[in-house]
Amino acid sequence: MDKQGNLYTFLYASAMVIVVAAILAFVSETLNPIQSKNVEVAKKIDLLKSVGIESTAKTAEALYEQHIGSNTKVISMSGEEVEGKAFNIDLTKENRKAAEERKYPLYICTLDNGNEKLIIPLRGVGLWGPIWGYISLNEDKKTVFGATFDHKGETPGLGAEISKDFFEEPFKGKTIFDTSGTFTSIKVIKGGGAAGNEHAVDAITGGTITSKGVEDMLWNGLTGYKEYLKN
Amino acid sequence: MSSKEPLFSAKNRKLITNPLNVQNPITIQVLGICSALAVTAKLEPAIVMSISVIFVVVFSNVIISLLRNTIPARIRIIVQLVIVAALVIVVDQILKAYAYEVSKQLSVFVGLIITNCIIMGRLEAFALGNKPWQSALDGVGNGAGYGIILIIVAFFRELFGSGTLTLPGLGTLHIVPQVFYDWGYANNGFMILPPMALITVGIIIWVQRSRNKDLVES
Repeated sequence: MDKQGNLYTFLYASAMVIVVAAILAFVSETLNPIQSKNVEVAKKIDLLKSVGIESTAKTAEALYEQHIGSNTKVISMSGEEVEGKAFNIDLTKENRKAAEERKYPLYICTLDNGNEKLIIPLRGVGLWGPIWGYISLNEDKKTVFGATFDHKGETPGLGAEISKDFFEEPFKGKTIFDTSGTFTSIKVIKGGGAAGNEHAVDAITGGTITSKGVEDMLWNGLTGYKEYLKN
Repeated sequence: MSSKEPLFSAKNRKLITNPLNVQNPITIQVLGICSALAVTAKLEPAIVMSISVIFVVVFSNVIISLLRNTIPARIRIIVQLVIVAALVIVVDQILKAYAYEVSKQLSVFVGLIITNCIIMGRLEAFALGNKPWQSALDGVGNGAGYGIILIIVAFFRELFGSGTLTLPGLGTLHIVPQVFYDWGYANNGFMILPPMALITVGIIIWVQRSRNKDLVES
């Protein structure tokens, strides 16, 4: 056959595409279970980190079962418990719905000393892409016990610093309701506001948009839990 | 080339050694700079990226070389792209399954190996006109020539930028001792930003050319 002819070219391209597609489909199918497992484990590591439990890919599963396990809830904006499995809720999808229709997952973590902490997952946008995090609250349902944040592709050294301890640490002890019970969330502002400000932490220099993203994520994410937390 | 030629003849060895030095894809041909700037803030992603690129360039070279007499000239670039893209997706999937943490750090840059000029450059310039074995060696050489620069740049950027070195399997090693910080030493945050990768590559080029005057253009 004429190797420069149209027929040969078409047949060649078609055969190539079919072969390549088959190989890629096979690779994807084979590796998919391991990949989903990794994503699940990474989520468990983050959940545990928000209550100060350090885990690795190897220990996360067991620690998760021990501290959280099936102790999860799904609530609606009005604070009622609804059907669903908290771990399987995709926040990105939920955030596209109207606030009243969203499902709000909630994790209840029992620490070694018997204390129960509420963990609320958050998802928002930074400068370059998605950011997400987990914030845990004390039994009083308003004081922050711990927080952890991560991001897809914020600028290293600037926005990416939100996943560092020095940024996460100051969240501890802050409150998301003021003394009269009004929802305040936690602001991320330069200098962390006035001394003794219970509702703000210091933002990251050079990472203003990412810091703002964290602030918005906290506000938007926690708003849905307001009613539940007030009770 | 006669079929009796030994596998590692002087000529074949040159296919590997040249790209490491006088034909280096980054410092001499100035290809693949984009990812060299992006993934070199830490050592571990740079190492994984190097291995990924070596894998892709070797296999795409061999496959194209095997197919070189069958590829219709009019769609040869498309054929090359499809094969490179397929290999890159395989690498990406494997990293997501077996090196999840690193794959998160490399994020989009694994996918961007497709656009790495080194790979298409080697396919066009070498694999289309040479036998599979030579093409494989050429791939190893160019992949390693790219990787070695990436690793050198990442070494200095992480050391001076974060005071640590992150190695696969070993985690983050704190190289700069705490006493230095107590005495007032500070990490150079500028090293972590992409411009410093460019400057580091520039310094490597300078050192290389000052040692080998043949490389200096008149």
